[in-house]
Amino acid sequence: MWDYSEKVLELFYNPINQGTIDDPQEPDVAVVYGEVGSIACGDALRLHLKIQQSTDSILDARFQTFGCTSAIASSSALTEIIKGKTLDEALHITNQDIANFLGGLPEAKMHCSVMGQEALEAAIYKYRGIEVEHHEDDDGTLVCTCYGISEKKIRRAIAENRLTTVEQVTNYVKAGGGCGSCLADIEDILLEIQHSAESVKVAPALALDKEQSTQALPYPSTPLTNLQKITLIQQVIDTEVRPLLLADGGDVSLHDVEGDRVLVKLQGACGSCPSSTETLKYAIEAKLKDLVLPSLIVEAI
Amino acid sequence: MVTYLDNNATTRIDPDVLAAMLPYLSELYGNPSSMHSFGGQVGAAIETAREQVAALLGAEPTEIIFNSCGSEGNNTAIHAALAAQPEKRHIVTTAVEHPAILAVCKHLEKRGYTVTYLSVDGRGELDLMELEAAMTGGTALVTTMYANNETGVIFPVEQIGAIAKAYGAAYHVDAVQAVGKVPIDLSTSPIDLLTLSGHKLHAPKGIGALYVRKGFRFRPFLLGGHQERGRRAGTHNVPGIVALGKAAELAQIHLAHVQREAELRDLLECGILTTIPDTVVNGGGALRLPNTTNIGFKYIEGEAILFMLNREGICASSGSACTSGSLDPSHVLTAMGLPYTILHGSIRFSLSRYTTEAEIRQVLAVMPEIVERLRALSPFNNDQAEWLQERDLAVAT
Repeated sequence: MWDYSEKVLELFYNPINQGTIDDPQEPDVAVVYGEVGSIACGDALRLHLKIQQSTDSILDARFQTFGCTSAIASSSALTEIIKGKTLDEALHITNQDIANFLGGLPEAKMHCSVMGQEALEAAIYKYRGIEVEHHEDDDGTLVCTCYGISEKKIRRAIAENRLTTVEQVTNYVKAGGGCGSCLADIEDILLEIQHSAESVKVAPALALDKEQSTQALPYPSTPLTNLQKITLIQQVIDTEVRPLLLADGGDVSLHDVEGDRVLVKLQGACGSCPSSTETLKYAIEAKLKDLVLPSLIVEAI
Repeated sequence: MVTYLDNNATTRIDPDVLAAMLPYLSELYGNPSSMHSFGGQVGAAIETAREQVAALLGAEPTEIIFNSCGSEGNNTAIHAALAAQPEKRHIVTTAVEHPAILAVCKHLEKRGYTVTYLSVDGRGELDLMELEAAMTGGTALVTTMYANNETGVIFPVEQIGAIAKAYGAAYHVDAVQAVGKVPIDLSTSPIDLLTLSGHKLHAPKGIGALYVRKGFRFRPFLLGGHQERGRRAGTHNVPGIVALGKAAELAQIHLAHVQREAELRDLLECGILTTIPDTVVNGGGALRLPNTTNIGFKYIEGEAILFMLNREGICASSGSACTSGSLDPSHVLTAMGLPYTILHGSIRFSLSRYTTEAEIRQVLAVMPEIVERLRALSPFNNDQAEWLQERDLAVAT
């Protein structure tokens, strides 16, 4: 028997916010639902949101879940977490937030929390008219055919949860949990991401070393030339930022760098996303500040 | 108070079995392999147990090898059969076997063997024509279960054995779930090897036996000792062996009363099917063990049902992926081609001679509310049956 926390069992036996939301047909109120999973996969969640349009905030949240103990508890937890939040705030909730609310989940059950986060995104995207990624249409990049898991989804789970093993990937997104024929592919993706992360981490140091050794600068504290800075920015965007945006159906490209101003072009779903400012600030600028220069400011063109 | 309906997983130790084995856990601790009389009296107890087990199976005592469990019996049987016919490289088994068979077969495929996995139909039954078509002169072994652990469906072992013999293949039967529940007479059977496990028939865990037909070319799996006439090395688990002997003796007596278990099982099945809509007995149309029922509750998931039952003090089992740590639902129910609406929400109730009518009625009292609560949480229901069927089919193809 699984070792569930008391909170998981409490929300399983006495779930909060179960059911649907009737559309009140009132001005300034919209009702929408997002759905992930399927009866074939063994778990599915339909998350219903009541949204106040003028404030872009969640007035009510309810759920319908087909799944195990932790799937039901995760769904109930999610509805508690998001009530009262703005949609932009809700979009920043991760599966780890859901797991934390529950006092933790067994590692093998983490996919239940991922399902909650995905249903939330699906509902908000639906409300905002953004097309949600459909795995069936993700031709050519399906990694796990048993559960229909795309490479994008796997990359995202790895990045957001700092996963390091194939087993963890299976626990979080189910990929590899069926016939197992994709386990080697998942391992390749993991290795590639780990390798990229290492490259990004050491790149500034390498650039600095190279600068010092070849030019013998009098001021070694001068970290990067313009060319090195632009190269690094491009590298971080390609390896750290774009995979996350691609997973959501969006994209970004580097347009120019003027001093500390980084000009980017948002594309795909990001181009029409009402929360693109958040994307610029948290998904792109924060990464570039961390990994290239703390003085960088990102702007969209 | 626990209502234990998970007897296909394991059974409680019969008090008489416990009493029989206790002396061998205390004062009678001699090693039967020793030359002194203190060990010798223990050796005599082993031989008595061998006779008791043989009697339950209609076998001769010399045809019984004591071992540790069903998995060891199954592994040994396959390796022994193949070692005796090294020129043959083909095995026939079924898609619904226990992992102790399937994992060995998968392993052997990597070693150059060819394995045919016979399919089952929606009732969990084999097609003997498919078996016949699979057999060749190069088939070394046919290995099938006697009765399925999840559905209780009984295979026609006599007919399967006859086909295996016609092609010169050895026939092994994994009878872990059948021994003690249905009469077995190996004296007139085509079965060459048969596995049983003690803890499925009210003996403790860690003891099992393998029947090896007299004259069968047997090659030991465990080497390094002369125990069991050199056919299974390792110090005897004397308390376990004595317990298994007593359990076999009691099982033989109980066989005359097994109909009572079947009646209670039918009471449970009938009660659920008539009070809860959208339920189905998996394998219900087939010949089954008297103690087993596997019921599919559409639109809800098995682990959630088990946790609700657990809160009521009721122990059952589920073939759902979420209970197993694996992500795939039961390979048995999958092989039966059941739709996903049933596959993930199936519960196995397995009875024993200790099961009472009051316990069955307790399950019948709580089950409707459990199902109703979970269905109220579920986004799926009967209104969407047609849509779900389309999705099922879409995924299946």
